[in-house]
Amino acid sequence: MPQYPNRQFLDFEQPIRELYEQIDQTKKMAEKNTKIDYSSNIQQLEDLIVEKRKEITANLTPWQRVQLSRHPDRPYTMKYIEKMTTGFVELHGDRNVRDDKAMLGGFAQIDGHTVMIVGQQKGINTKMRQQRNFGMANPEGYRKALRLMKLAEKFNKPVITLIDTPGAFPGQEAEERGQGEAIARNIYEMIRLKVPVICVIIGEGASGGALGIGVGDRVLMMENTWYTVISPENCSAILWRSWEKKEVAAQQLRLTSTDMKGFGLVDEIVPEPSGGAHWNYTEAAAYLKDSIVKALNELKNISPEDRVNQRIEKFGRMGFWNE
Amino acid sequence: MKKEEDFDSNLSGEEESSDNPVGAANAEAREKWYRRFRKGITTATAEKKETPEGLWSKCPECNYICTTTELKENLFVCPKCNYHHRIGSEEYYEILFDNGEYISLFDNITSRDFLGFTDLKPYQKRLDDIHAKTDLKDSMRVAVGKIDGEEMVIACMDFEFIGGSLGSVMGEKFSRAVDYAIQHKLPYMVISKSGGARMMESAFSLMQLAKTSGKLSQLSDAGLPYISMLTDPTFGGISASFGMLGDLNIAEPGALIGFAGPRVIKETIKKDLPEGFQRSEFLLEHGFLDFIIDRKLLKQRLKHLIVLFRD
Repeated sequence: MPQYPNRQFLDFEQPIRELYEQIDQTKKMAEKNTKIDYSSNIQQLEDLIVEKRKEITANLTPWQRVQLSRHPDRPYTMKYIEKMTTGFVELHGDRNVRDDKAMLGGFAQIDGHTVMIVGQQKGINTKMRQQRNFGMANPEGYRKALRLMKLAEKFNKPVITLIDTPGAFPGQEAEERGQGEAIARNIYEMIRLKVPVICVIIGEGASGGALGIGVGDRVLMMENTWYTVISPENCSAILWRSWEKKEVAAQQLRLTSTDMKGFGLVDEIVPEPSGGAHWNYTEAAAYLKDSIVKALNELKNISPEDRVNQRIEKFGRMGFWNE
Repeated sequence: MKKEEDFDSNLSGEEESSDNPVGAANAEAREKWYRRFRKGITTATAEKKETPEGLWSKCPECNYICTTTELKENLFVCPKCNYHHRIGSEEYYEILFDNGEYISLFDNITSRDFLGFTDLKPYQKRLDDIHAKTDLKDSMRVAVGKIDGEEMVIACMDFEFIGGSLGSVMGEKFSRAVDYAIQHKLPYMVISKSGGARMMESAFSLMQLAKTSGKLSQLSDAGLPYISMLTDPTFGGISASFGMLGDLNIAEPGALIGFAGPRVIKETIKKDLPEGFQRSEFLLEHGFLDFIIDRKLLKQRLKHLIVLFRD
């Protein structure tokens, strides 16, 4: 993960940047005055940074939570695969149109289990971001994901999906190749998949683009992520007829992990390092691995038929109405 | 050419706004020489001459004008250009079921503002307003009846109700319709007409995509046919779930069908979209529909299909 001064700070993270700057200045002073020992001052400031990280994430608005989920330093799918698994073999292509770089997947081993991991991937620099299409998959991305999930099913390996997308790509070619059909097919096939399926929102969980790889026995959300039917910006544009209401939209949509867990729409919240996953990739991946392994062990003792029926019933219970 | 429609705005549940302050100012300037002496309507209400509402109907495609009765007799299809007017569940049931006879199912399920969602208007107020204005309970109705003697369950959307949006109620009615079809061993058809998911129900509306797909999986295991009929317009969450999952996907001519709306796509790719983009004919060409069917031939074709599937 990037170290200061390469670290990026969101507006509400500015107090942390200031502390880093103070450390910098203290270090410079230490270089000048070699006779005075500044190490305790630096240690104090470093402790303060940890405190500040905790403090900031304790009181975030839903919109700030959305911002955190999009933090430019946040770990993406590939990073979690690197940190959680061994022996990852990436598998490419949908066997039809092309290899969609916004969606990646392959076999890997996690805590002794061979699993299929599939997830959207965002780029880590400008060039990569374009190549990965900002994590917005085309239909071939969803079909590649399905191909890999069916492959896992054939060899009786559990499926783990890592979700991080601002949405399925809204392009002309995406429509020509059936973006709607691709997502629909994935949802339909995932709910019937005979192997255990664990889905985790690791960043942005935007609508059909997220659900297209998001139907599982367990759906987990990392602490600083969001998951709902539309991005707050687009919701603001449609319902408020203005781009200015994204904060209100974020609040009204109840899209945070706490809300989603409270509604019973996700099963578990995966904790993050204080301040967010971007502060410590290893720690973030360790928390995630714990949750995944726990779920895997719970699910492997259920028969495939029961698992599928429970999955269908679980989603079948979702909703509210008067009668 | 037909004015491009921003159907997203239907999802906000608002009436189309025709207010255009700039246009109004120009019009005022142009007509300055012609001013009435007294403002407002001066005729007493008692002397007002009544003209029945909706006597005439104009085709939005070719501007052909005919009487509403004539249009209705023609199943709301323009007699001149074959434009398929948007109609609701009541009209479809009338057209498809023998003698217009059917049994409404699950009518007592209605939407609830569980989240306390407020945009420009509280969600509950929106629901109350529509309930006061129409007889519709929500954006989907389910009915069972006979199509030329063959029994079938048909769920049909009403665009009038918050843009035919997919929320918890639609998801639940869809599910029960599938249960009913399985229990009575009947074929199932859904007539879609929707802008997509109902944002006021947030993630709950998104989960209906999975909920309905799960039910379709059970219908499939029961070996019963599911026909998805797409009409103008069908977008978003519908096309990303049961809309595209039919054993047969069929559509009315000229219907706008897609995942992302044309406005969003245009803004993303910063290019104009080709003529006919996302129309039924375009989808057929790209392999996502089994066929396009004229409203007038629909009933006959359905009967034929039911027999083909069964015998």
